[in-house]
Amino acid sequence: MRYLPHTPDDIDAMLRTIGAASIDALFQSIPDALRLKGPLALPPACSEPELWRALQGLAEQNATPQRWASFLGGGSYRHFIPAVVWQLVSRGEFLTPYTPYQPELSQGTLQAIFEYQSMMCELFGLDIANASTYDLSTGIVEAVFMAQRITRRSEYCVMQNVHPEIRAVTRTIVGLNPAAQATLVPYTRAGTVDLAALQCVLRPTCSACVVQYPSFFGTIEDLRPIADAVHAAGALLIVAVPDPIAMGLIEAPGTMGADIVVAEGQALGNPTSYGGPYVGIFATRTAYVRQMPGRLTGVTSDVLGRRSFVLTLTTREQHIRRERATSNLCTNQQLCALATTIYTAWLGKEGFRRLARINWEKAEYAREELTRLAGVRATFSAPTFHECVITLPCPAASLLAALQEDRIFGGIALSRWYDDLPNALLVCVTEENTREEIDRFVAAVERHIRG
Amino acid sequence: MMGQPVPQRVSPTTQPHRGVEGEAPAALPLEGATRAPPIAEKPVTKHPPEVPMTPGSTGLVLEEPLLCELSRPGRQSCSLPHANDVPTRAPEATLPAALLRQTPAALPEISEADLVRHFTRLSSWNYCKDAGFFPLGSCTMKHNPRTNEAVAALPGFAYLHPYQDSGTAQGALALIAALEEALKAISGMEAISTCPAAGSHGELTGLMVIRAYLQDRGDPRSRVLIPDSAHGTNPASAAICGYRVTQIPSGPDGLLEPSTVANAMSDDVAAIMVTNPNTLGIFERNIREICDIVHARGGLVYCDGANLNALMGIAQIGEMGVDVMHFNLHKTFTTPHGGGGPGAGPIGVRQPLAPYLPIPRVVKTAAGYGWDASAPKSIGRIKAFYGNFGMLVRAYTYIREMGAPGLRHASEYAVLNANYIRAQLTASYHLPYATPALHECVLTDKWQQPGGVKTLDIAKRLMDYGFHPPTIYFPLLVAGAMMIEPTETESKESCDQFIAAMRAIAKEAQHTPATLTEAPHHTFRRRLDEVMAARSPILTWHQLKG
Ligand SMILES: Cc1ncc(COP(=O)(O)O)c(C=O)c1O
Repeated sequence: MRYLPHTPDDIDAMLRTIGAASIDALFQSIPDALRLKGPLALPPACSEPELWRALQGLAEQNATPQRWASFLGGGSYRHFIPAVVWQLVSRGEFLTPYTPYQPELSQGTLQAIFEYQSMMCELFGLDIANASTYDLSTGIVEAVFMAQRITRRSEYCVMQNVHPEIRAVTRTIVGLNPAAQATLVPYTRAGTVDLAALQCVLRPTCSACVVQYPSFFGTIEDLRPIADAVHAAGALLIVAVPDPIAMGLIEAPGTMGADIVVAEGQALGNPTSYGGPYVGIFATRTAYVRQMPGRLTGVTSDVLGRRSFVLTLTTREQHIRRERATSNLCTNQQLCALATTIYTAWLGKEGFRRLARINWEKAEYAREELTRLAGVRATFSAPTFHECVITLPCPAASLLAALQEDRIFGGIALSRWYDDLPNALLVCVTEENTREEIDRFVAAVERHIRG
Repeated sequence: MMGQPVPQRVSPTTQPHRGVEGEAPAALPLEGATRAPPIAEKPVTKHPPEVPMTPGSTGLVLEEPLLCELSRPGRQSCSLPHANDVPTRAPEATLPAALLRQTPAALPEISEADLVRHFTRLSSWNYCKDAGFFPLGSCTMKHNPRTNEAVAALPGFAYLHPYQDSGTAQGALALIAALEEALKAISGMEAISTCPAAGSHGELTGLMVIRAYLQDRGDPRSRVLIPDSAHGTNPASAAICGYRVTQIPSGPDGLLEPSTVANAMSDDVAAIMVTNPNTLGIFERNIREICDIVHARGGLVYCDGANLNALMGIAQIGEMGVDVMHFNLHKTFTTPHGGGGPGAGPIGVRQPLAPYLPIPRVVKTAAGYGWDASAPKSIGRIKAFYGNFGMLVRAYTYIREMGAPGLRHASEYAVLNANYIRAQLTASYHLPYATPALHECVLTDKWQQPGGVKTLDIAKRLMDYGFHPPTIYFPLLVAGAMMIEPTETESKESCDQFIAAMRAIAKEAQHTPATLTEAPHHTFRRRLDEVMAARSPILTWHQLKG
């Protein structure tokens, strides 16, 4: 057994030192009635070659974008991941330490977190960022809790064009408090926030308003009027960003008045990995730092006066404050945040802008080509980044099933969450989709809706 | 020792093994280091044994600035197509000016060579499990197999999209279903959800399941009992779930006593959260009786399974009367800690609680595996998509490699190592609880305190000897706790090295306490000013520049 170094001699010597007759004797504190009598019912142990056969077999049963054209988005995005990112992330020095509670032995991870916090603030136009939350959906939950603490109010409102699963997760967890009533705010025909409807529901009991930017429909809109309305009501504006690459093209939410931004960092260097592990980027204003969830890394110096990094303001956290902590977060998503850090630095100032532009141009091209087809139109009129919703002359779910024969994942049928959008298809295009692939997709859509 | 009395200590009951305390070679002091005292008492021998007594440290590390300080306008490391293959267009022509970003994010501009060097140098400042003994109690820092990493990186796993048709992800779904079966077999629980992203998330999810179950029974309750030895996430998760926390004391032998539970138990208690073995490494041998007491008053039992590494193939938590538990795949099942995450915290429940598990759940039908989100009694969704799938792949790979005998041996040797270290160190350090323990041992600084040496100093000094310190000042009920969990993947030699270092440090505490209170001496950075960091926090480059 390669992971177990003990030889019979070692075991004998160690037992002698302990003064125990056998290994079994070490477990005497477990009452006999609770001791397992037989072996665990598990498949037999495998050698590494056997393991590869079994697991490769499972992996090969799954369709991947290597052989399929994929236009899937909806909160999980396929972007090119340069080799350098995971070559560095996979270094044992990053992969195998624990949380940097002992700073003298963790300066590498701590400086990397500091750089991550810094770059995320630059991207989203805010002052401070924590070291990560589990993902965007749970980060939004933390953001609503934080807004409730800051405003001392319980209710919140959420836009109907926020990802339905983010809304569901928020409902499940924030809704544990019966006072935390949620109001759903409808979207306009443009696919944007219905500002008039929002203003009606912004009562003095509202702690926060959750919007998504770009929205679940891919639409983008000016957040300033929303921020003004929310702030006038004494509430905080929470902005969910599903793909940070958009920040290379559109204005940063912090600049437009957001108080808390939670972004899904998956798109920055992490594979889609069937939905996880991802990384919640959580940023806010300095004034709110003591209400923040999660870990923060700050600058200090050692006894010789050298610049160093350390986890700070830890009295907010569960290991100190227990039931009064700002969050129960302990293990976070550090390694994914590191991938995000390296990837963001790899793109750099210019690369970030260029990549956003490439994504937008491809998505514009795809939308134009798709909506040129007879019976297909853009569902919403607002501008979009790299995702858009199109209305088909048939149920979107049946088109998707037909497209699978052509090895195309054509997008996401919105009927799953929106009864009033049975024919709506959410299509995502990134730099990974070639023009040839987009053209093949458009041709297949045409063929299926005609046939 | 500055004239302070040295506590009398019992002499060792076991003779040190040949070589353990003997000719410990000093690691080389850092070149040019200021006043770095040698780290062992005896000079380097001419013929050191093949395995040195401590790995030591030589301090071969390079300084490295921040990315923002390396940045020079015009440099880049990214490699993107020069021309888009679709027509280029100007955003200004289509998008309203108010939407366009006015000032590009001030991201660094560096070459790829500098990028690689930057993160390589940073990595060299980390102590890691790969490099050495990492006995953090409660964290189960065992070897992280590279096979797991390679398997999770297979395109058939890494590139799956959560919204692709489940008919095209049958291998992934089969893997999740098989992992659920394995976790059931190991724990004796009857249904599993792999959705939670970490242990703490699992605690919250498990408590929500309990809450939903009780509400459905028309019996909502308001309090949760939590022993004083519990991890901070237990009360923090209970609070999010809307419960008031009542802390209950452990007994004199470190065990939760049935009478304490009986006294604290009332009809408004929804659940008790126990950790078994508890955070002292002690098996809660009255667990069944405790479960009976709680059940008799209509409450449920939650088990924090963070310490499952002591029990695999030995005892099943589901057989003890526990209703809900979580697993830390990043502890027991070798998924790497990654410097703080990601992990995965699946929960297991008894059958009556299964209808309340979060959605979606993996189901098998005639058409194959699929996701079911229809469960009417479910607490709902607790995370977008399905959980930290990549971590599930790693844990499943590990379980397949080990099989039943392998997992049992893992627990046996984890317990053997902890007991061996305990036996070797109780002459040098105060053992607060003499009760037999399993996979970890908790010692304190009680004997060192009178000389002015605290647990923190001992922890920092261990770094000079080439070790990561144990978990310190936890569990909270033990003053000056040092919680040592070696895990099964450490060899006897590696345990011996740690023992030698701990003994040498105990001697230093007697004779040269300043060596400890000023430690660490050989690390990349010396002791840090943590108070200053919190007084006026500098959390970004921007704030650093002022
Ligand atoms: C006993 C115990 N319970 C719960 C947790 C929380 O687990 P996680 O960090 O995965 O959220 C830990 C982790 O340190 C622990 O040691």
